[in-house]
Amino acid sequence: MEFKLKIWRQKNARSQGAFVEYFISGVSKEMSFLEMLDYLNKTLIESGDNPVAFEHDCREGICGSCSLYINGRPHGPDDLIATCELRMTKFKSGDTIIVEPWRAKSFPVLRDLIVDRYAFDKIMQAGGFISVNSGAAPEANSIPVSREVADEAFDAAICIGCGACVAACKNSSAMLFVAAKVSQLALLPQGKPEAEKRARAMVAKMDELGFGSCSNTGACEAECPKGISLAHIARLNREFLLAVFKT
Amino acid sequence: MSSFINTSIGKKFLISITGLFLISFLAVHLTGNLFLLAGQESFNLVAHFMATDRVISFMEPLLAVGFLLHIVFTAYLTITNQFKRPQKFAKVDHRQTSSWPSQNMFVLGGLIFIFLVLHLSNFWYQMQFGEMDYILYGDIWVQDAYSLVTGKFIIWWYVLIYVAGAVFLGLHLLHGFKSAFFSLGLYNKVWGGRLMLIGAIYSIIITVGFSLIPVYFLIGHLTG
Repeated sequence: MEFKLKIWRQKNARSQGAFVEYFISGVSKEMSFLEMLDYLNKTLIESGDNPVAFEHDCREGICGSCSLYINGRPHGPDDLIATCELRMTKFKSGDTIIVEPWRAKSFPVLRDLIVDRYAFDKIMQAGGFISVNSGAAPEANSIPVSREVADEAFDAAICIGCGACVAACKNSSAMLFVAAKVSQLALLPQGKPEAEKRARAMVAKMDELGFGSCSNTGACEAECPKGISLAHIARLNREFLLAVFKT
Repeated sequence: MSSFINTSIGKKFLISITGLFLISFLAVHLTGNLFLLAGQESFNLVAHFMATDRVISFMEPLLAVGFLLHIVFTAYLTITNQFKRPQKFAKVDHRQTSSWPSQNMFVLGGLIFIFLVLHLSNFWYQMQFGEMDYILYGDIWVQDAYSLVTGKFIIWWYVLIYVAGAVFLGLHLLHGFKSAFFSLGLYNKVWGGRLMLIGAIYSIIITVGFSLIPVYFLIGHLTG
């Protein structure tokens, strides 16, 4: 397979970036998208050029490192996958593929396709934890959790923090990420006591860091590699409003 | 309260509450308009009741405030959201991920606002400050609102504007109805589908209802 790649190149956070075109041939159908970029980088290095910088780690859709905006969609033209799980079979030989970094005020580009997602860590530091002193570990069966609640909490907990929701949103909103973290903790007994306080703190930090507001378009849910439901955003709204009206 | 309104969720809360208020107003407005189909006396008496009833008179300024807050806060959020992505994506493909109305609520709202200004100047302003004919029903003199409205609805381009206004409104509601409940936290996996269905049915009723009336009078005029 052969492709025309239009890839965003940017030397560092302060420099002005631009798209650079590359023609690549000899791409195997069995390659993943990141392997195709590895292959491109090998040819760039061999020709004395700088390789394209992009983030990757586990390459099995768990770590949330990969963060490419491919042909107008976060993680490319497939559903419920991270970029590392995207296969070249999703493209036709001869296609032009546009590869960009996440673009948001809160995710500044550091180099080429790598963005700084420290804003997500700051949101977590604002309240994405349980500070209740629970003492010694209790007997597991003494705090029963129904299967439905446990499943829903798990559905939120599988968020890998990749930032695709921010990239997918026309307002660069981080509501799906914050909602997943708030839901995951609010649903379970250990996290419930601080649920409302947590929602307030994390929303305040999200706003402070320059993320946009939610328009409920559903684009984040559709592009989330883990399929995290919009219902979690409604729960975040509920927890936040309850916290405000109770005080 | 000011710190609440300063948050993104606080502003969305206000937009949702005012949106639901306007949605309920539309149902009352359409019900009143449908009396046009019942004839001149019925509509004029309903219009007279609307203009003189104490509850409705009390609600009128609240409605204006509702419109104003809905527009101001939406405009503020939409404008500030534009600065959240200083460098735009070179290519964006929303086709498979979200509906067209949900991506263009502000555009639809702007078109509805233009229509609203025209609509208010055509009817509300005319009935409040313009020269109106009066008809005697029993022992009360009533404004002939029926002639004012039907006089406009025999002009084809007026009808076209009103049908377009109803379509824009329907598309706005298609996303706005469920979105309002969503922003208030009144949404879960069970009610998500139901709210979408109720919103879609409501949007169709509003669009068809408000379109039907001008089209009915135009057809009646054209066919003699």
